[in-house]
Amino acid sequence: MVTPMGPGPDEPDAFDAVVVGAGPAGSAAALALARAGRSVVIVERGPFPGSKNVYGGVVYGRVLDGIVPDWWEEVPVERWVVRRSTMMMTGSQSLSIDYRSDAWGAPPFNGMTTLRSRFDTWMAAKATAAGARLLTSTVATGLVRDGVGRVVGVRTDREGAALGAKVVIACDGVNSFLAKEAGLLPPAEASHHTLGVKEVLELPREVIDDRFGLRPHEGVDIEMIGCTRGIPGGGFLYTNADTVSVGVVASLPHLAESKVRPEELIADVKGHPAIAPYLRGASLREYSAHLIPEGGYDTMPPLAVDGMVVAGDAAAMTLAAGLWLEGVNFAIGSGFAAGRAVDRAIAGGDCSARGLRSYRADLEGQFVLADHKRLRKAPSLLLSDRVQQRYPGLLCDLAEGMFTVTNPAPKPGGLRVTRSAAARHGVTLRQLAADTVRGLRIFG
Amino acid sequence: MSRSDSPFGTAPTPWRGVSFEERMATVDFRTGERAHITVDSEVCRSCTTQVCVTACPADLFAPTADGGILFNYEECFECGTCYMVCDNEGAITWTYPDGGDGVVFHHG
Repeated sequence: MVTPMGPGPDEPDAFDAVVVGAGPAGSAAALALARAGRSVVIVERGPFPGSKNVYGGVVYGRVLDGIVPDWWEEVPVERWVVRRSTMMMTGSQSLSIDYRSDAWGAPPFNGMTTLRSRFDTWMAAKATAAGARLLTSTVATGLVRDGVGRVVGVRTDREGAALGAKVVIACDGVNSFLAKEAGLLPPAEASHHTLGVKEVLELPREVIDDRFGLRPHEGVDIEMIGCTRGIPGGGFLYTNADTVSVGVVASLPHLAESKVRPEELIADVKGHPAIAPYLRGASLREYSAHLIPEGGYDTMPPLAVDGMVVAGDAAAMTLAAGLWLEGVNFAIGSGFAAGRAVDRAIAGGDCSARGLRSYRADLEGQFVLADHKRLRKAPSLLLSDRVQQRYPGLLCDLAEGMFTVTNPAPKPGGLRVTRSAAARHGVTLRQLAADTVRGLRIFG
Repeated sequence: MSRSDSPFGTAPTPWRGVSFEERMATVDFRTGERAHITVDSEVCRSCTTQVCVTACPADLFAPTADGGILFNYEECFECGTCYMVCDNEGAITWTYPDGGDGVVFHHG
């Protein structure tokens, strides 16, 4: 298992590394390797980078600072997010925590809305400009192994041609068949996944500015909870330049069990009284769907085997921790670290799992695994029955109780309103206190 | 509250009125000749839940009168929901379409 690899596959056209998937993880990995002077090819099954990818979405750019200086001057941005809102809902109520910041609308910015066809293409162009090769419309159909089982390349569907490499970097997404073939991921595990469905709706740019209280180039990010008929998950709304992305994520096993069709959940969100006025007159430009690996730290696969590392969604790197919903930045962070680790392994002449272990150490020392480890218990709390089915309504009733003027009866007082709202939603004060402590332990 | 009932009422809105065909017509599909999904209807006949039918966001699976499953591979989002939620091992075989084929998202 730990035998150091020799000089590499003996095919004359062998690469230092084959990267599978030209998403943000793959392009970041290829960029790191190309800059280090390594020969690297990216295999992408779609006709162009991003063509198979769907997210909410917002990209948080801090991870790019060390990779592409002044990236904000060239990135294909839709809008800079200056408003971030968390909305708790029932069928007829909503309670929002809405934060707005001028600082987020100026360099170095915080988050941006962008579309994956453009953003992923931009990232891949960074890699090819540094010397990486990009093969589009090509599926990596399986792993090539040597006599002792080390990964030494991938097979492709291009006339059965194989690409030999010292290391394969699997950035092949949430369904990663390469990680499954390597035994790193189970063949199918619904409980660690959510389904995201999204509608991109057309509205004139000025209408978006006016309805969402935005100045030109400013954007809003609205996250919703309590809008999925009790199915663990949530809703989202993001403003793009002249479109709005609206969608829902839903726990796969619960969605399946409920027999509710996914597009019905989007229709609920779009029809909600707090959302519908934003979207009046909008027309559908594109409908899309994608799986999200939401299990977090405890569901991540081992990150390396002999001759292969895994990054991005293929390694379950998406952070779905309620307050924080981030994926692309984790993909870029893990992909870039993978590329650097592979460069070090090649330099050291050892591309075994042992030789590649600096990858994990690097991720543990930065946000990618540090955040995931710290928030490892967040997914189970946020997808729990009380948080999903009871607290949104409880908090809405609490707000209603506090803000409804009851003249001539005197104001009821906060404790009475809380008791009454908790009782109405079948939550004891003890449970409320316990969940508050649990939440503080995770997020505090 | 039953999960199958919408808490938001059933009043028609202009947006609820998008038919499924109109919805799918907004997506760019470059359908390949090879079916990348196969279904073993024999296995499906013993399946009591057939959750693929409602969970698939592209609505590609339909129950047949004899208890099997009829499926389309065209107009697939390639999300993987069907094989992930499938209760019966071996019922759904799913691979990626050939390179360049299948869904092309422009606003993903």
